[in-house]
Amino acid sequence: MKQDTHWLDHPRHHKILWAGFIAALALTLVLEYVWPIHAHFGIDAVFGFNAGYGFVVCAAMIAFAKLLGWWLKRPDTYYEDGELHD
Amino acid sequence: MTELVMHPGLVLLVGALVLPLTAGHGRSLLQLALPLLSLWWVWQLPDGMVWQLHYLDYQLTPLQVDALSRLFATIFSLAAFAGGLFALQQSSRLEITAAYVYAGAAVSVVLAGDLITVFVFWEIMALASTLVLWSTTTAASGRSAHRYLIVHLFGGVLLLAGIAGQVQQTGDLAFTAMRADSVATWLILAGFLLNAGAPPLSAWLPDAYPEASWSGTVFLSAFTTKTAVYTLIRGFPGEPLLIWIGLFMVFYGIVFALLENDMRRILAYSIVNQVGFMVAGIGIGTELALNGAAAHAFTHIIYKALLLMSAGAALMQTGRSKCSELGGLFHSMPLTTLCASIGALASSSFPLTSGFISKSMISQSAADEHLLWVWLLMTAASAGVFLHAGITFPWFVFFQKDSGLRPSEPPWSMRWAMILLSALCIGLGLWPDWLYQHLPYTVSYEPYTGPHVVAQLQLLLFSGLAFFVFLPYLKRTLTITLDTDWFWRRGLPMLTQCGLVLGSQVTALLTAIGTHLRDAMRAGITQHLGDTGTQAKTWSLAAMGLVVMVMLIVQLLILLL
Repeated sequence: MKQDTHWLDHPRHHKILWAGFIAALALTLVLEYVWPIHAHFGIDAVFGFNAGYGFVVCAAMIAFAKLLGWWLKRPDTYYEDGELHD
Repeated sequence: MTELVMHPGLVLLVGALVLPLTAGHGRSLLQLALPLLSLWWVWQLPDGMVWQLHYLDYQLTPLQVDALSRLFATIFSLAAFAGGLFALQQSSRLEITAAYVYAGAAVSVVLAGDLITVFVFWEIMALASTLVLWSTTTAASGRSAHRYLIVHLFGGVLLLAGIAGQVQQTGDLAFTAMRADSVATWLILAGFLLNAGAPPLSAWLPDAYPEASWSGTVFLSAFTTKTAVYTLIRGFPGEPLLIWIGLFMVFYGIVFALLENDMRRILAYSIVNQVGFMVAGIGIGTELALNGAAAHAFTHIIYKALLLMSAGAALMQTGRSKCSELGGLFHSMPLTTLCASIGALASSSFPLTSGFISKSMISQSAADEHLLWVWLLMTAASAGVFLHAGITFPWFVFFQKDSGLRPSEPPWSMRWAMILLSALCIGLGLWPDWLYQHLPYTVSYEPYTGPHVVAQLQLLLFSGLAFFVFLPYLKRTLTITLDTDWFWRRGLPMLTQCGLVLGSQVTALLTAIGTHLRDAMRAGITQHLGDTGTQAKTWSLAAMGLVVMVMLIVQLLILLL
């Protein structure tokens, strides 16, 4: 079938995409040498601040969401089971 | 010479009522022409008070124009046009009529110069948007529409009470900047914030929006929350509390979207998140921040409508909306995937898209005001936006594991609507001056500086890295996440149930006490007045004769003495 021949489906291409992605990450850090960030507070003057901060806060948000999920997640039929019907 | 001036909101509103009477191509044509006509009139209006009238003792200004109202009226008309184009294939006549009344009322709110006109159109919006929900005839959407209406009518009551108080205190109906320093202004602020999706009643939004039809959600996403943003910019600029309410909304949206499985509910939480940025900007209140909030509302309406259109297209073509049941749609829906990705990038404020040129103004205003924590939280939230909407939505719907679904692209009208909005997302990103020159204050902000672009790319790409590194923890599950709507969907019924049980227990207890008292009284009466009781027993004739004689003697003695 045609549908299985898309180049994105090949694991080999996934590796290429990952390599490209990592190169892009590295490039953003290199570019900071060309265009140093204008610091407003001091903390944002640290080299790679935006990169590190972005990664860390995303990890923190995922962890927090996970914790909240343990408390608040319910089967998706939760309201259907006991909803007051008209 | 007074020129003929039409009210753009009424053009849409009245035109919408004519729509159901038409059919076929005529209807399609009218559906496309009405928002364009409204847009045209918006740009014909001169600045200042255009319409004024006396009602009772009040001076009403149903049509008042300045840069801010023109900006919002423009984007609302544009959103109605894009939504109308997208909904050309929609068979429900009620939905499109209700949607245009809703859009017309939103345009009328932003063109209103006094609080009573704001309130009237505010309520029309609530009713019309409920009808948009109601036009989807599933049981779930019907119940959701009920809840939606109750919450919004409650908001309307707050607003009306506030307006009444404000008019009574100041005698002035004009809708101008206020401070939250009296009960009346607090009530007005609460009414506005409720529609913005602010806590604690924020759950109305993710509860209702995903229940609308594939086209209905597109309309719903554009008007209610952004009208609230407009009223906050106009009514409460620089109100410090708004910074923290906005930041709460930003993170609430991110965290709940991360947990959500329904693609359109993810985007609904994302609306709260984005409106949070605007609300926080309004709280900062500098010219740059207010420009940022207004600009972000403008760009947000476009990319959010685009995202919801792509979600609507996926829903229409597959009949599914749960991420856990979707995936791999890029195989057969490449155009929709591309448009969704453009919308997702714009929503994440990627350089060269519309989000980049608007949201960065708000963050910059926090930095300019040296609000370290606000800036840190906004930057964290910007990273979080890419995480929860920028990647999550396109990834789980169009990529990730292959669901095996191979739906075709949606009809051309829907494709054109998506192409139009994608072009706007990129056009505004490339030529920000298009938007900047129409903002309420003069703009001296330059988004495309090397350091700014590098900083933003670092932030976003490393957030993307976090997404893929922690992907196993982000797997979608067949779950929902309890939100504050639990309190009115389960809490209140449970409380009522408890009340009923408690009531029956108390009734039983009181009945038991009553029975006991009755029995005791009956026993007492029987003891004293019964057949054998001291006072009711039968006396012998001699004893009675003796008593009577004694009484007569006593009476005789009294008379004689």
